[in-house]
Amino acid sequence: MNNGNAAGKGMTMTQKILADHAGLDRVEAGQLIKAKLDMVLGNDITAPVAVKEFRKIGLDRVFDKGKIAIVPDHFTPNKDIKSAEQVKYIREFAREMGIVNFFEVGQMGVEHALLPEKGLVVPGDLVIGADSHTCTYGALGAFSTGIGSTDMAAGMATGEAWFKVPEAMRFVLTGKPGKWVSGKDVILHIIGMIGVDGALYKSMEFTGDGLAEMSMDDRFSMANMAIEAGAKNGIFDVDEKTLAYVREHSTKPYKVYKADPDAVYSREYTIDLGTVKPTIAFPPLPDRARTIDKVGEVKIDQVVIGSCTNGRIEDMRVAATVLKGRKVHPDVRCIIIPATQKIWRQSMNEGLFEIFIEAGAAVSTPTCGPCLGGHMGILAKGERAVATTNRNFVGRMGHPESEVYLASPAIAAASAVAGRIASPEEL
Amino acid sequence: MKVKGNVIKYGDNVDTDVIIPARYLNTSEPSELAAHCMEDLDASFVKRVKKGDIMAAGRNFGCGSSREHAPIAIKASGISCIIAETFARIFYRNAINIGLPIIECPDAAKDIQEGNELEIDFDTGIIRNLTKNTSYKVEAFPEFMQKIIAADGLIGYIRQGL
Repeated sequence: MNNGNAAGKGMTMTQKILADHAGLDRVEAGQLIKAKLDMVLGNDITAPVAVKEFRKIGLDRVFDKGKIAIVPDHFTPNKDIKSAEQVKYIREFAREMGIVNFFEVGQMGVEHALLPEKGLVVPGDLVIGADSHTCTYGALGAFSTGIGSTDMAAGMATGEAWFKVPEAMRFVLTGKPGKWVSGKDVILHIIGMIGVDGALYKSMEFTGDGLAEMSMDDRFSMANMAIEAGAKNGIFDVDEKTLAYVREHSTKPYKVYKADPDAVYSREYTIDLGTVKPTIAFPPLPDRARTIDKVGEVKIDQVVIGSCTNGRIEDMRVAATVLKGRKVHPDVRCIIIPATQKIWRQSMNEGLFEIFIEAGAAVSTPTCGPCLGGHMGILAKGERAVATTNRNFVGRMGHPESEVYLASPAIAAASAVAGRIASPEEL
Repeated sequence: MKVKGNVIKYGDNVDTDVIIPARYLNTSEPSELAAHCMEDLDASFVKRVKKGDIMAAGRNFGCGSSREHAPIAIKASGISCIIAETFARIFYRNAINIGLPIIECPDAAKDIQEGNELEIDFDTGIIRNLTKNTSYKVEAFPEFMQKIIAADGLIGYIRQGL
């Protein structure tokens, strides 16, 4: 029995959610199941392909108008005619099908910041999204995973998807993170430790006393990057902070799942948050992690603070704390992108924009934009960016010979001031 | 079903951003995507790929973005099958769902070299390397996936069930 949980042994948190949604008492790692979906998500890049596939099925309705979310966020506000045509195509589909959660520019935000904020995902949900960072909602104790457009089409038609039940890796967090250390540093540290395929096909389950020290925004940022270790999903224990977040944002019923005490994990790691240093992932892979003291002199041309990883209100506040009373280096373009309209307004009302603009940073409307090399900050040949985003692959933010260094908002803001990768301590 | 073709080989962690860069994702037209397939990793791919060729790679092929445009671009470029040590899971699903045959076989993926001629028999699960005169045995797909493949992808499978 090398499947992770032999008969009679307990289930992981992920396995319990999958079993419940498959109508089964128990599931085992490796088992193929068909499960009911609580939410199906797509964006302006993936939904057009999904709609085309959906049309081939020949249905004139979706399985549930309230359980589909379409968020045009990647190339929006539409960057060119082709992008505008794609959004028009999915907008018309959403209207025709009566899809409630279609978010137009003006209500739109970066999808994985938007859905939790709108209360569309709650603990115990099973969510698929045609976007790899759909794993973000694991921060809420939901099972959520990225799939492609055809799976999205099938999900919209049937309200179901097939899954291979994953085995899990357990990450026990202890201690308290130091100043300038955030969830982003913790997840970059973990990916650096296990590699970009270190959790391939598996769940990453986060637990331990240290969770109490991680805010919801920290957890969203960590669950978001589970995919960068190849994981099927990342999931956090539900605690008082989770429930407070859910009460503030949602009226949907939720269910709290806990891993069995005798659940079997393929690997277990204990991470003392007190020992984690600010961490930067060097190009071209998110596992090329180096702590700030090992970075050396890396001059930069651009800083991007935003994305589904780090465009939330705490990220904006940290950036403002670092930028307050300072100036962006004359050789650097600093682009700050609050991830949703709500975060945008909150940042404005808290006076953060005054600080950003005074420092010489540009503030953008919500968009994924530069993260994937779409628009709003593309790099030229040979240019380097520090970004709070999630991927630093070849050509990710522009020219194939440009470079992306992944970091927390604190490091990104400090780097914008220093003109090189730097910690706020150095300013 | 059998396919036969020459190998184009890549390394580990080939991500979907290099398979089809996001700057081309404002369309989903297969032929347009194929014209830029592998561009940021191997600009010569589009010029040298021939219909029926087989792509081989190392670990974690197709990691990164969930864009189905990646397997669509590879399929439309004429590639008949991908063999890798391991695949990233979203890419794996996507390939099966759109009817692009893929094989996870570490032994084969490690041994196969650029330019080798292969013959793959999907019914017996045997990959024959005609250049090296060797063969590799592949584990059969679970029955459920075989049904999806036989229906030419997930949409065909769902239509059968309606």
